[in-house]
Amino acid sequence: MLSELEKNEIGEVLAHALPGQDMSIDVLAIVQKHRGWISDEAVIDISACLGTTPSNVDSVASFYNLIYRKPVGDHVILLCDSISCWVMGYPTIRGHIEKRLGITFGRTTADNRFTLLPVACLGACDLGPAMMIGETLFTKLDEEKIDHILKEHGWQP
Amino acid sequence: MITIYIDNQPHQIREGQNLLAACLSLGFDLPYFCWHPAMHSVGACRQCAVKQFKDENDQRGKIVMACMTPATEGVRISIDDPEARAFRSTVIEWLMVNHPHDCPVCDEGGECHLQDMTVMTGHNYRRFRFKKRTHVNQNLGPFVNHEMNRCIQCYRCVRFYRDYAGGLDFNVFGAHDSVYFGRQTSGILEGEFSGNLVEVCPTGVFTDKTFKKHYTRKWDLATAPSVCIHCSVGCNIIIGARYGRIRRVLNRFNSQINGYFICDRGRYGYEHILSEKRLHGSRIRENGGHKELRTNEEILRHLTPLIDGKRFIGVGSPRATLESNFALQTLVGTENFFHGVPDRDHALVERVISITKMDPTLTPSLDQVKNCDAILILGEDISETAPMLALAVRRAVMDEPRRHLAPKYQLPLWQDQALQEVTQNKPGPLFLATIGKTRLDNLATHRLSAHPEELSHFGFALAHAIDPAAPDAGETSAEMESCVKSIKEALLAARNPLLISGTGLGHAALIEAAANIARALRHQGKNAYLDFVLPHCNSMGLGLLGGRPLSHALEMVSQVDGIIILENEISRSFSSSRTNQFLGAAKTIINLDIMQTPTSDIATLSIPVASYAESEGTLVNQEGRAQRFYRVVPENPNLRESWSWLVEMMALIKNQPERLGKTPHEITTKLAQVNPIFAPLLSLVSWGSETQKIPRESHRASGRTAMTADISVHEPKPADDPGSPLAFSMEGCHGDVPGNLLPRYWSPGWNSVQSLAKFQDEVGGPLRQENPGRRLFESTGNPIKNYFAVSEKIKKNNHGRWQVVPLYHVFGSDELSAAGAAISERIPDPYIAISAKDAAQLNLLENSRIRLIADREQFERPVKIISSLPAGLVGVPMGLPGMPYVEPGTIVDLIAIPDHRDNEK
Ligand code: SF4
Ligand code: SF4
Ligand code: FES
Ligand code: FES
Repeated sequence: MLSELEKNEIGEVLAHALPGQDMSIDVLAIVQKHRGWISDEAVIDISACLGTTPSNVDSVASFYNLIYRKPVGDHVILLCDSISCWVMGYPTIRGHIEKRLGITFGRTTADNRFTLLPVACLGACDLGPAMMIGETLFTKLDEEKIDHILKEHGWQP
Repeated sequence: MITIYIDNQPHQIREGQNLLAACLSLGFDLPYFCWHPAMHSVGACRQCAVKQFKDENDQRGKIVMACMTPATEGVRISIDDPEARAFRSTVIEWLMVNHPHDCPVCDEGGECHLQDMTVMTGHNYRRFRFKKRTHVNQNLGPFVNHEMNRCIQCYRCVRFYRDYAGGLDFNVFGAHDSVYFGRQTSGILEGEFSGNLVEVCPTGVFTDKTFKKHYTRKWDLATAPSVCIHCSVGCNIIIGARYGRIRRVLNRFNSQINGYFICDRGRYGYEHILSEKRLHGSRIRENGGHKELRTNEEILRHLTPLIDGKRFIGVGSPRATLESNFALQTLVGTENFFHGVPDRDHALVERVISITKMDPTLTPSLDQVKNCDAILILGEDISETAPMLALAVRRAVMDEPRRHLAPKYQLPLWQDQALQEVTQNKPGPLFLATIGKTRLDNLATHRLSAHPEELSHFGFALAHAIDPAAPDAGETSAEMESCVKSIKEALLAARNPLLISGTGLGHAALIEAAANIARALRHQGKNAYLDFVLPHCNSMGLGLLGGRPLSHALEMVSQVDGIIILENEISRSFSSSRTNQFLGAAKTIINLDIMQTPTSDIATLSIPVASYAESEGTLVNQEGRAQRFYRVVPENPNLRESWSWLVEMMALIKNQPERLGKTPHEITTKLAQVNPIFAPLLSLVSWGSETQKIPRESHRASGRTAMTADISVHEPKPADDPGSPLAFSMEGCHGDVPGNLLPRYWSPGWNSVQSLAKFQDEVGGPLRQENPGRRLFESTGNPIKNYFAVSEKIKKNNHGRWQVVPLYHVFGSDELSAAGAAISERIPDPYIAISAKDAAQLNLLENSRIRLIADREQFERPVKIISSLPAGLVGVPMGLPGMPYVEPGTIVDLIAIPDHRDNEK
């Protein structure tokens, strides 16, 4: 079931558009904003309010990296694995984060605090290696910086 | 014609193609995956790369995708160019990165386009050393097996299932190297064309689940060209068998009918042959019990006293061959030959035949349907009764906007994706006038849901509106008036408008109204078409043979010594009480059938006969096209074809004229000689050479010498098949044979079904020497000018009673396919359907029980509420296992049965 709040926001977006698969991204983004991720049930609810099939919504949802079809932690770390960052030392950074959090790409820490995901280019290629948590971009990463950022986000060694 | 240069050699081709199609038509081996001759180009796989040069001085050239590049006058390309070659082998290496390389356990192995293309590009050494991505497979129901790890992301499956066939419950999910093709959640793939994924997918992701139960590699399958028997369309199929056991059905290309696809009823219906209900032994009733008859001699010994000097009537069958029906007709005499179909169907088929005969140019082939630009369907639910016709209609409607927008945007018709953008997938004009919802509704410009009488009334009114010379239907409601007006305009705006109707609703006026509309359109100078769906695969053939309505047999049965029933279950044509009356009055019943039926159970003598896969014969489809099919396995002496038993009986009955013949070929020839309408059959059965026959086995068939080695080391002589162009052998004419006789598609380097292109002069075009069946009706040259009179008035009130309308199910309504294991999983439970309004009035909920009371029949079934059904109608699913026959149009009473569970609560 979509919440009243979600329904209102969706209503606002749909007021300016034709319903259908084309509006999936906007509606998915709204629901994810409220819940952090998109469950199977949410896919069905969204398809109903768009007048399309669940498979059409899921096809869009599963295409986009930043629409999460599984529960994620409080903080989603998006680590750039694209070419400039790779050159600038992404493999070390990745190894370090994985070691610190004890998880690999696609996983969430047991305390539900962090989810680690790869992302293809954050537009900060001149400042790599780069990553993003929430709305904040972190650049020129090194191991020390990582420890600091993680601690700031509640990681305890 | 234009000239293109491939590796500096000039070639003549037809203009308007893409380079890939042109290269394949010219016989070059250019690898490809995503392009499909019926679904065209999207440029998704990058496999078809060639080098294109500006002119003869250009030494560098550039890599282009052949399938996305128009073949224009003077274009110069190279297939052999080292860079193009390297490109192609790199592409396939990428595509194969995650492929499991599990050919030995893959059902596609040995007929896999991916194997063929991999070999063709020369990518033969695997360098990828990382972990492969893996997927979880889905259970897609009884038809299609799913093994996603084998996917190479060519997108053919979604393009077929969604874009081409309009299915909704299939999609592509994910992105980059983790793309998933399947349903949103595991579950039955609902579309009735799902089985085509097996052939469309170039890899082993989608394979035939029924084939898996008795799997054999393609090269070990004996195959023969056959024709589907599960509806009146008559799609062409290839049946495969090994060790005498039927194992699978594949599409067989016929440029006039089914092209590259068939429906799931046609693909999986073959399983009835393997069902437990298949009859294997003959039985005679003796002293209140049954006695098994083991040999033909024993059967003959018991048959003789039953028929010798006796007078029999015969019941023919619309699902038996022309040959078998003809043999029965000859045996009992035309005046004693009855059509084993409901009287109503009999009359309707005769009506359709007379309309078709008068002006055969009105009847389109399925291929012509695809090019019609405005379509009105009157009454018939074609998605359920003629699935491939529905697919052709879908293509016509989706392609119409493409055809007129493509020139405007200077797009060739093979630019699939671009044309989808340009048309925004908006369908062209399609009008549905049916009793309730259909699966074509989402394409319809306008739909009308009404009583059968209202539908024919509407049809007559429309004909009158198009040509005032057509009789006026009289008063029409305002709603219908506006409907008439808009549909009239759309049909008159079209170049090739098409009318489709059929016998489904059992309503003669609909057929006449459809004929009036089509004729009115011709009067207005339109190249109009008129297409009728018939009840069964050989309804047209049986109708053309002539014979009497079944109810007359009811009157005669007590005056004769018995009935011979040919491949027919009487209770599908008569109510239960009439069935009992008919069979009860018969002194002797000789029943020839494939399957065990209630009729075979009570027959005096029940003789099992060969199924379509085990026989050779002729069927006439709904357009009047006679088609020949051939046996896949040698004759089993215990399962002879019906005609051969009937010919035996002829010899037994004294004073019978000469025998008809000993082979299907001889019987057909005889039929063509005695009945002028069938004269064209002579050309259908002629095949030049008895010595150079077409082998049913591939030249790689294994085990020939070992198969019976446990019995004798001497290899047995191959079975004979006199008169047939095919042989039970590996040897013979593997080369250029007429397209309609091709038992399989195979060409060196092309082991998959894609090898079909090697048998066409132009990919997608007709097969070489195709001979796509013979239309039996010759145009008289005089178009019909007159109209049918408006035959009935709308009956408004049934006074609190209900009018029976038949409903159909692609899985369930056809008798034989319904007996197949996979299809039987898809058959709905029996029900009685009423409208939401009537349900409320009767205080009924979905699935509560209801009793239907007709004159000669009454039964109780759960209620199904169909909101689109007009009030006052009661829908009875036709032919569904467990449903008795109720004549369409009958006025019946409905009584709600109190729900006992409620009382218990
Ligand atoms: S499943 Fe088959 S048809 Fe579909 S994309 Fe994969 S390889 Fe192509
Ligand atoms: S449309 Fe009819 S003839 Fe064609 S495959 Fe389906 S059931 Fe067979
Ligand atoms: S490559 Fe990492 S931000 Fe662009
Ligand atoms: S066949 Fe040309 S790109 Fe796929």
